[in-house]
Amino acid sequence: MKLGSRKGQPTTASMLDNAFKRRSFLVAGAMGGIGTLLAARMGYIAIAENERYELESESNRVNLSLIPPRRGWILDRNGAPLASNRADFRVDVIPDQLVDASGTLSALGRILRLDEAAMADVTKRVEDAAGFQPVEIASGLDYEDFAAVSVRLPDLPGVVPQRGFSRHYPTGPAVGHLIGYVGPANAEEYEEEGNPLLITPGFKIGKDALERQFEQDLRGVPGARRVEVTASGRIVQELETREDIQGDPIRLTIDGPLQDYAARRIGLESGSCVVMDCENGDILCMSSMPSFDPNSFSQGIGRVEYAMLRDDDRVPLRNKVLKGLYPPGSTVKPMHCMAFLKAGIDPNRTITCGGGVRIGNRFFNCWGNHGQVDMAKGIYQSCDSYFYRMALEVGFDKVADFAKSIGMGKQFDLPVISQFYGTVPSPSWLEEKYDREWQAYDTANASIGQGYYLANPLQLAVMTARLATGRHLNPRLTRSNKSTGADQIDFPEDHVAYVRQAMSDVVNGPGTAGRGRLPFDDILMAGKTGTAQVVSLSKSDGKSGPWKYRDHGLFVFFAPFDKPKYAGAVVIEHGGGSGAAYPIARDVMTFMFDPQKGMDALRALEEQWGGTAQERLTRKYIAYATAAGEAVPPAPSRDEEIFDLVEAEARVAARQSEEIANTPITPRDEANPSSNTPPPDSVAAPGTPAAPQPAASDAPTPAPATAGTPRPQ
Amino acid sequence: MSVIPTPVARQPWMMLFPLFILIGFGGLVLYSAAGGSLDPYAGSHLLRFGVFLVMAIVLSLFPPDIVKLAAYPVYVLVLILLVVVEAIGFVGGGSQRWLNLGFMQLQPSELMKPALVLVLARFYGDLPVGMIGTWRALVPAGILIGLPIMLVLAQPDLGTSLAIAFGGGVVMFLAGLPLRWFLMAGAAAAVIAPLAFFFGLQPYQQRRVFTFLDPENDPLGDGYHITQSKIAIGSGGFSGKGFNEGTQSHLHYLPEPHTDFIFATMAEEWGFIGGVVVIGCFALILYWALSVARNSNDRFAKLLAAGMGATIFFYVAINLMMVMGLAPVVGIPLPFMSHGGSSMLTNMICIGTLMMVYRWNRQQGRKGMLG
Repeated sequence: MKLGSRKGQPTTASMLDNAFKRRSFLVAGAMGGIGTLLAARMGYIAIAENERYELESESNRVNLSLIPPRRGWILDRNGAPLASNRADFRVDVIPDQLVDASGTLSALGRILRLDEAAMADVTKRVEDAAGFQPVEIASGLDYEDFAAVSVRLPDLPGVVPQRGFSRHYPTGPAVGHLIGYVGPANAEEYEEEGNPLLITPGFKIGKDALERQFEQDLRGVPGARRVEVTASGRIVQELETREDIQGDPIRLTIDGPLQDYAARRIGLESGSCVVMDCENGDILCMSSMPSFDPNSFSQGIGRVEYAMLRDDDRVPLRNKVLKGLYPPGSTVKPMHCMAFLKAGIDPNRTITCGGGVRIGNRFFNCWGNHGQVDMAKGIYQSCDSYFYRMALEVGFDKVADFAKSIGMGKQFDLPVISQFYGTVPSPSWLEEKYDREWQAYDTANASIGQGYYLANPLQLAVMTARLATGRHLNPRLTRSNKSTGADQIDFPEDHVAYVRQAMSDVVNGPGTAGRGRLPFDDILMAGKTGTAQVVSLSKSDGKSGPWKYRDHGLFVFFAPFDKPKYAGAVVIEHGGGSGAAYPIARDVMTFMFDPQKGMDALRALEEQWGGTAQERLTRKYIAYATAAGEAVPPAPSRDEEIFDLVEAEARVAARQSEEIANTPITPRDEANPSSNTPPPDSVAAPGTPAAPQPAASDAPTPAPATAGTPRPQ
Repeated sequence: MSVIPTPVARQPWMMLFPLFILIGFGGLVLYSAAGGSLDPYAGSHLLRFGVFLVMAIVLSLFPPDIVKLAAYPVYVLVLILLVVVEAIGFVGGGSQRWLNLGFMQLQPSELMKPALVLVLARFYGDLPVGMIGTWRALVPAGILIGLPIMLVLAQPDLGTSLAIAFGGGVVMFLAGLPLRWFLMAGAAAAVIAPLAFFFGLQPYQQRRVFTFLDPENDPLGDGYHITQSKIAIGSGGFSGKGFNEGTQSHLHYLPEPHTDFIFATMAEEWGFIGGVVVIGCFALILYWALSVARNSNDRFAKLLAAGMGATIFFYVAINLMMVMGLAPVVGIPLPFMSHGGSSMLTNMICIGTLMMVYRWNRQQGRKGMLG
């Protein structure tokens, strides 16, 4: 090997030959060494590490995808679906897997013909989403559009077209607040649960109300599909499929047709209607209008729709049954009478109403001048003087205790996300809250349901059911819960009978709600009107002027008056007085006893209003979208923010009437003929029990409106 | 006398048998890589082999004088071809490495590998014995190697320039140049390599080297090739998944399953056994090639044969190291198995040249120990 390196020694051909031999041997050795190394390396990979690589090869080859479970249905008391599932075609994208996000989205927008607002929403959602979260581009597609996306898949990595099931609410806005809606899980929800199902395209979780409350029951068990896929994600063959297990149905106590009817009957007003079954406390309807269409929320709340709902001062996103707090006004009077009876007041005792009463050195106004007033007249004529006097005599702390025992200021054990509980003012409460001593005018205000008094419509309904039956009925929303309270007697029979008769006279006698009479000879509805002032007399007369300053109209009722089957409450926000409320109660009760008659009355009204609630919402959406154009700012990216805001605003709104709580109130007219009837009532045939008769060929039952607010797809 | 006729018996069967096995095996793997079809790989693979085998046999019939005479002109011709592709690439505004011959696309850089071995063998064969330790043994050879490497690097094609350098280096080493020169060159390379890496390589080439060092770091980007190749080989296990059953290749997880990564395609379906057969066949062919070199009396023929063997070896070693994750991804196919005309041409030229030297050895009257 030292060849040629030594100077002076001549190199010979044989030396070179030997060098070649030695060096070629070396080269051969090196080659053999490398060959052996390669063989060993291969043995290591293929044999020693075989298991690992086999696993990786399998995980390459086999793609396990979850099949979102079909969601359990939500049924009404008779088993009719309030929320069901509909087979449809949908397209999602998974942002992480998008190669060219904007290009892919605009391609999808072209194929699916999305308009600009929808494109802006989709683009924002893709930007906001955590990369692993699928974002829905469109659902409810027809087969042609679905196929058009499917064939372009090789050029659209990250796009997932699917056929599956989507949530469907047949009566749309009528059940929006009651049932809530579904939507894709957000990143926090996924991290909290750590369940891969939550980021499976097409899977939705309950976002509000019952859908959220019963999420675990409704969810079901996902199916799974093992497919062999190529590197580019094309499915070669299906290896194995496990079917999903549908979620459990939830059976409500709600009467679907009634819920829909009440929602539609509220019409153009902003308000709510609760009806309970007096035998077991079942909530038959809790409608809050105006509402949103839960069908169109499941894709995420679009900017146009959100802006439209936000701009509406009738707050369509607030569930007014549970989160609307109103001074109950005169609707608490029968309940206060029951408290007086309990305190030993003789119902036949009379007081003199001279347009009010003088208590001490102060004169408290009544809405009218009723002369001699006993307890019954105090109720059916809604004489304020009677209540000022009696409440002072009994002491309002006693009345307040009674009010609490009947459900005012209480939260009920219901499967709802949140309910406001309102206020029953009392001396101790005032002391604690405002550090102020209870005054005579506080008693006067509270005795007629004003001042600091606040209640939600559900509480009013429960109060009425308990008054009407004398039993401690507890409201119930799901059939799986036991109904309680029906066997607990709160009030003596004769007290109940007395109050029932007086409340019947409100409607059927010389009372304040003469036009509330049911169009039946044998079924009489009893009730009590209420008009709740929200601003001082100097600001508004409560009937005209800015909508925000008008009085709330309230009505509590039960029927039949002698053997109560149903009880409920209607509250119309800023309706200008109880005249806005009790015709709704009348029609709702008419519907309960004779659906045909109820529908006839409603149809005539809806013709005036311009269609059903759903049709009007659809039209409003289109008009709004046209007017707003492209200037609509995006909706908050998290639904939670939207509803937190709605709740915060509801709390503020509930305090509106507090401003006038520190002065003696000047009550408004309660009597029916003088109440300035707002437009929706003008068509309800005044005085005549029979509703107008439209064409007899009309379907007798409320036809559930179909589909949601059409969103541009 | 044997029943086998003499013209058949005197063929170098020790090399031809493993070669046919590799070609046939390659055909099977290509058949599978095409999803169980002769088209488009396996059929043309076998056809090309047939054509190039005839070429190799024709090549083996050349006498030493003509080959020696042709050495420099062939080298110059290939060098001109390299310049031509470079010019075409420049005019075309991209990097072009081939000339379209109609039936195949010819890469002159491929032809340069045997051509360089040939010209260096001729140079050292002619070099007076006494000059082997002087600058006159080094500088002309350096120029002969340096010119094509510069042209190929400019394409840019790192893999082929390394192959050319390797073939030339082995010939110089076997020619008997002083050992310390190689040690010095090695030391210099150790210094220059990092500099060349950071200043000489294209960013994509640098990335490949990084990826090779840590493939899991970038499993979906550059590391993807190496990772998927290892998965293919590893999941094959001892005896493989079975013919036509490879999922890595059939479902396109494996990149280039018919060219650079054909060994992985093979290993997935045939397992460790298949790998040993392939490595064994190459070992036999290369052992035969070195034996042919050692058995020759002629210095030119010795160097020529050994250089050709080294060229084949370089292909095999780099390709196998690459697919097993021991070398960065450089586009070097596996001889006799990968689908592709240029590499088949180069390797069959090497085989033909080896057969030619083998024939010269028999004619020089010595007892043919092999064959």
